[in-house]
Amino acid sequence: MYGKGILKGLSVTWKRFWSTYLEDISWVMSGKKRYFTEEGVKHRSSKHARGIFTVQYPEEQLITPEEFRYVPFLVYDEGVDGKKEVRCTSCGICAKVCPPQCIWIVRSNDPNTGRPIPEPTEFYIDMDICMNCGFCAEYCPFDAIIMDHDFDIASYSRNVYNMEKLLKPASYYRQIRPENYARNEAERKAKETAKAAKAAGAAAQAGT
Amino acid sequence: MMTAPASTLTVDLTQRFPGIVSADARPGYSGFIVEKDSLIEVATAIRDEFGFDLLTAVTGVDYFPDKMEVVYHAYKTTGGPGLVFRVQVPRVDPIEVPSLINVYPGADLQEREAWDLMGIKFTGHPDLRRILMWEGFEGHPLRKDWKEPFYEEDAKPFKSRWPDGRFTMAEDKNPFKDNLKFPQDFDPEKWTPDNDESLYQTLKRYTVKDEDGLETDRIVVNMGPQHPSTHGVFRAAIMLDGETIVGLKPVVGYLHRNHDKIGERNTFLQNMPYTDRLDYFNSMSNNLGYAIAVEKLMNIPVAERADYIRVIMAELSRIQNHLVFVGMLLNDLGAMYTPALYAFEERELILDIFEAVAGSRMMCNYLRFGGVVRDVPPYVLQKIKDLVFDRLPAKTDEFERLLSENEVLVSRLKGVKVLDAETAVRYSVTGPVLRAAGVPYDLRRADPYSVYDRFDFDVAVRPNGDMYDNYAIRIDEIRQSLRILQQAVKQIPDGPINSQKPQYQVRVPAGESYGRIESPKGELAFYVVSNGKPNPWRYHVRPASFVNITALEKMCIGTKIADFVALLGMLDIVMGELDR
Repeated sequence: MYGKGILKGLSVTWKRFWSTYLEDISWVMSGKKRYFTEEGVKHRSSKHARGIFTVQYPEEQLITPEEFRYVPFLVYDEGVDGKKEVRCTSCGICAKVCPPQCIWIVRSNDPNTGRPIPEPTEFYIDMDICMNCGFCAEYCPFDAIIMDHDFDIASYSRNVYNMEKLLKPASYYRQIRPENYARNEAERKAKETAKAAKAAGAAAQAGT
Repeated sequence: MMTAPASTLTVDLTQRFPGIVSADARPGYSGFIVEKDSLIEVATAIRDEFGFDLLTAVTGVDYFPDKMEVVYHAYKTTGGPGLVFRVQVPRVDPIEVPSLINVYPGADLQEREAWDLMGIKFTGHPDLRRILMWEGFEGHPLRKDWKEPFYEEDAKPFKSRWPDGRFTMAEDKNPFKDNLKFPQDFDPEKWTPDNDESLYQTLKRYTVKDEDGLETDRIVVNMGPQHPSTHGVFRAAIMLDGETIVGLKPVVGYLHRNHDKIGERNTFLQNMPYTDRLDYFNSMSNNLGYAIAVEKLMNIPVAERADYIRVIMAELSRIQNHLVFVGMLLNDLGAMYTPALYAFEERELILDIFEAVAGSRMMCNYLRFGGVVRDVPPYVLQKIKDLVFDRLPAKTDEFERLLSENEVLVSRLKGVKVLDAETAVRYSVTGPVLRAAGVPYDLRRADPYSVYDRFDFDVAVRPNGDMYDNYAIRIDEIRQSLRILQQAVKQIPDGPINSQKPQYQVRVPAGESYGRIESPKGELAFYVVSNGKPNPWRYHVRPASFVNITALEKMCIGTKIADFVALLGMLDIVMGELDR
């Protein structure tokens, strides 16, 4: 029969049209809110999503997974009496691996010894050039540079971030990437105990 | 339908052409070096006697300062390994190599590209104009002695970044106009592009007189570059006789950024995120193609689990690409938004998976040489299982219910010719368009890579080569991809995800490699030449979109102008990949 295919197609759109309302009713009946709640957004981006699936940005936002990456930031540990202990040692790996070469690091030497100071004097990232690839965070041996979750950085001028703007506390890192943070901490601890054991072993050997 | 298994037959051209062809003896290289003057004769024999009917890539390499080389990669549509042959000429202008356009018409646009970017003149090419750069451009940018604006150093990492990286803006150090080269007497106020004139000249050869000596007026219509249906800044100059297309020339390059040159400045690893930006719908496939090319060159194995993850990601990206293709095709045909939005809903769910594993929805940058960057967490694997076992099969059925039998759509698509098999092969068309014309050529079977040989699936093929087949083959491929995915998520082994230690500077021995994969749009290949340094000497992308539009003119001639938009939609081009 001519027109059967069109009717078949229309039945799909017809079903889709009603499924939003049916979903709404079932959510109301069960006393849950489908819109403007985390649960609702999660449902709309799951395999059960039916009917309307758009998210009303910015009132609603998709839940960013832990691995989500946007521009990088530098991590500092909060020392005693609020001292910022910058993890970066200005080894320069991030600047070397950066594909668009948007990381600029100034490393200074100690005037007395002539050796490099293990903390950057200045650290710039040109955020307009950054391509959010995540290489810097991936290859950093000290977990000092991490990819951020904050993606609202549009501005009227060029975004060249210096140290002051780049530094964020380790607690923020833990908050946005709990699993990565825990893994890094475990690795650091293991390294430290290994180092201590080695030192103890060396000391014991020296003693005998 | 299965294609013939990869044959182990090796071709000895040196016996057939003694004195003309010699084997390439450089370490890390393979194939044959052909004498320039006998190139056409040898190529004809390669096509007719040895059966290499598909010329996939033509590109130049600048062996500064003494040689220029043109490399050809030919394959058989029945499957099996390919044949590399090359011509070497001294690097003194004019650099001339005979054009292969009469043997392999698919070389057309690629030869124009090699002329444009490397300055290799292909004698006998009927329309050797610039293709990616603009007509008033000075020089050939892929030559090693050509420096781009804001040039800093030959290779990254730049020394100014560390340890004394005091930030300066590139334009302060190297201001605009000091860093550009113009042709002599160039005045932007007075300059008019002769581009259009020469473009229309090539179209004018279609002018014909009737018996009475009357010349019929032809109209040139420019579709694009700002035409909503062209999927980006694509322009086609179309010569019309009434409503019938009698000539067509694609004009591309509006989105050109010289990806190849950027690639030569980058280290091997740094190219990985740049490949995301080629075909931005399928960054996972692009990563895979590049990783395979470099792994071949490095001669390293891939961790088994990583290989499965790669297949899963590549097939997921194929599914979402084809969904978007069908949605956008219907948009082009006038069924505004309903199919497109239904397609986008499923695509969102797939992109959520990419975001959870790779950190980004479209610019994935997920693969590394020897494996992948991080493991797929169990909850994501569960999400993938939910999609490929429950949701996507049902949604594909729903999609088909919506469209496949719709009488309006069927009468619009059925019987409108896109390409026949012979023309498609001659014009080096690959991917679903070739398979819809009845040629079961799928690299996953014809030249297997990764772990595709472990899965049970069929190469989707349709016999007619009309628009309906081109639409239906995408749906078929979605179903086959789901089959592969269902096996892959079941079989995925535990284990490490990279066979190498993570390192930011990889060692790549000298040599060349050609890594090719079946991307959703056709054959995507990377041709990489290394000289043992941290940066590739030559990095060339053979994009499916670019080579496929070689056949666009052939497809459109004789059809009505109203079909042009639909025919272009069939090729499934993406400008990020086409213009590079």
